[in-house]
Amino acid sequence: MLIELQNVCYTYGAGTVYEVSALKDINLKIGEGEFIGVIGHTGSGKSTLIQHLNGLIRPTSGRILYEGKDIWEEGYDLRSLRTHVGLVFQYPENQLFETDVLKDVMFGPKNQGLSEADCRARAVEALKQAGIPEDLYTSSPFELSGGQKRRVAIAGVLAMDPEVLILDEPTAGLDPAGRDEILHQIKYLRDKRGITILLVSHSMEDVAQYANRLLVVHEGRIAFDGHPRRVFTHYKELEAMGLAAPQITYIMHALHDRGLNVELRATTVAEAKRSILMALSERASLKE
Amino acid sequence: MASIIKATKLGFDYVKYADDSETPEKVSAIREIDLTVEKGDFIAVLGHNGSGKSTLAKHINALLVPTRGTMWVDGIDTGKEEELWKVRQKAGMVFQNPDNQIIGTVVDEDVGFGPENLGIPTDDIWGRVEDALAKVGMLGFRDRSPNRLSGGQKQRVAIAGVVAMHPECIVLDEPTAMLDPNGRKEVLEVLRQLNKKEGVTVLLITHYMEEVVFADHVYVMDAGRVVMEGSPREIFSQVERLKELRLTVPQVTELAWELRKSGVEIPEGILTIEELVDALC
Repeated sequence: MLIELQNVCYTYGAGTVYEVSALKDINLKIGEGEFIGVIGHTGSGKSTLIQHLNGLIRPTSGRILYEGKDIWEEGYDLRSLRTHVGLVFQYPENQLFETDVLKDVMFGPKNQGLSEADCRARAVEALKQAGIPEDLYTSSPFELSGGQKRRVAIAGVLAMDPEVLILDEPTAGLDPAGRDEILHQIKYLRDKRGITILLVSHSMEDVAQYANRLLVVHEGRIAFDGHPRRVFTHYKELEAMGLAAPQITYIMHALHDRGLNVELRATTVAEAKRSILMALSERASLKE
Repeated sequence: MASIIKATKLGFDYVKYADDSETPEKVSAIREIDLTVEKGDFIAVLGHNGSGKSTLAKHINALLVPTRGTMWVDGIDTGKEEELWKVRQKAGMVFQNPDNQIIGTVVDEDVGFGPENLGIPTDDIWGRVEDALAKVGMLGFRDRSPNRLSGGQKQRVAIAGVVAMHPECIVLDEPTAMLDPNGRKEVLEVLRQLNKKEGVTVLLITHYMEEVVFADHVYVMDAGRVVMEGSPREIFSQVERLKELRLTVPQVTELAWELRKSGVEIPEGILTIEELVDALC
């Protein structure tokens, strides 16, 4: 198992009047190469949860294992853990600072103590994987479009050669095509480089499309854990948690209620189309 | 009906200096925009990142003034400096990140900030604050600290701050981009209520196509120009054109379009689940 959380609890302001229990007895196993979507309303605890995974927050109780080793054990190299588990914060473009794109992406590997040539090689590779064309390497990061800036920021984390990439709402504020580009790129990283992905998102459509496992965080606990198709069948419970299902889920239920025999577990446009076409031809053959 | 926002040949240029040279370069963020918004309309503006939506929006409450053409808000030319405060009272703006817009330590105070700046007498301010908070469904939170609210609640407080200034028109620049599904729903609901019940003109900029379905009129921008306009149905029947413009359509519209391509006989430009279900069942 790549990452394992055992009975993890976290309390903010423990012992004060502002004490808030943010995570309650979380048990979770994350395997290599998974693409995990993480959803939950604002304040559900999902950001607290992901910050535990690379040791930014120390659990109040419980254990976190990376490749079987307790990351809070005496002598554990947390610094190297943070290069294995890369975290891309919300609006990562706010963290760009260098004079050109290539230098900005080289900053991470430089901090890892790599030689100039190695840093450059890592940065070039990361920029390629993030889909940034070569002619932008010498541009100021601040001249780029919103989507490009965000991809440069992701490249900055990729250049550290992580095994796990956690992204907190990487598509917020991007136009629909920019959203698709980033998500395709992330999927590519998982498919081609085998990087384990955790995608925190407020878009039910996006997690339905890309993730093969979905975690629903609610009031500091994991309320659902399973394939998006399975989790979204609980759309009424999700609504009670301030979440929703993709629009497709609602369409399929509405069609089913009106007697069309469609697959209720379809969550993407492609799945819905296939299922509706089948149901329509079935209905036509019944009429004959 | 009278128009509340009117732009003729509106253009805005900014000057950019290259790193190594002294020569300024002129960049047009928006150009040749003609647009008329009637009082009480719900208007949506779509466009990819960098298409000029925000630049256009900032002209409506004179955060920017045109370098070419003219922008009128309720008949006032926004380029006239002496009219600046009148324009800003008529058109209020709400931005993407609620945390950047909330300044009070208590919800009440935050909402009162706008009318206070307008020089409204203190007694009237409290009335306005109460009224504005009621309209966005946040009256029960008036004594709370804004930083303890959810994203959707914060954004509703920001909207109340504008409502308390009794504007004719509210301009919102991606107000739901940072919100969870529930927060998005809350904000949209409040905007529809303000529009329907109070007759406030709403101009909504968004990247979420589902939010646009019930708008009266939609403008689509690209490269600083308005390239498409029409009713949501007219706009969303042009799926391929929208994709070229880096946009998309609501999932239900896309599904209907895909089904049509496969030979299913349903009308063009389906916008809601009910429409699709009625067409198929």
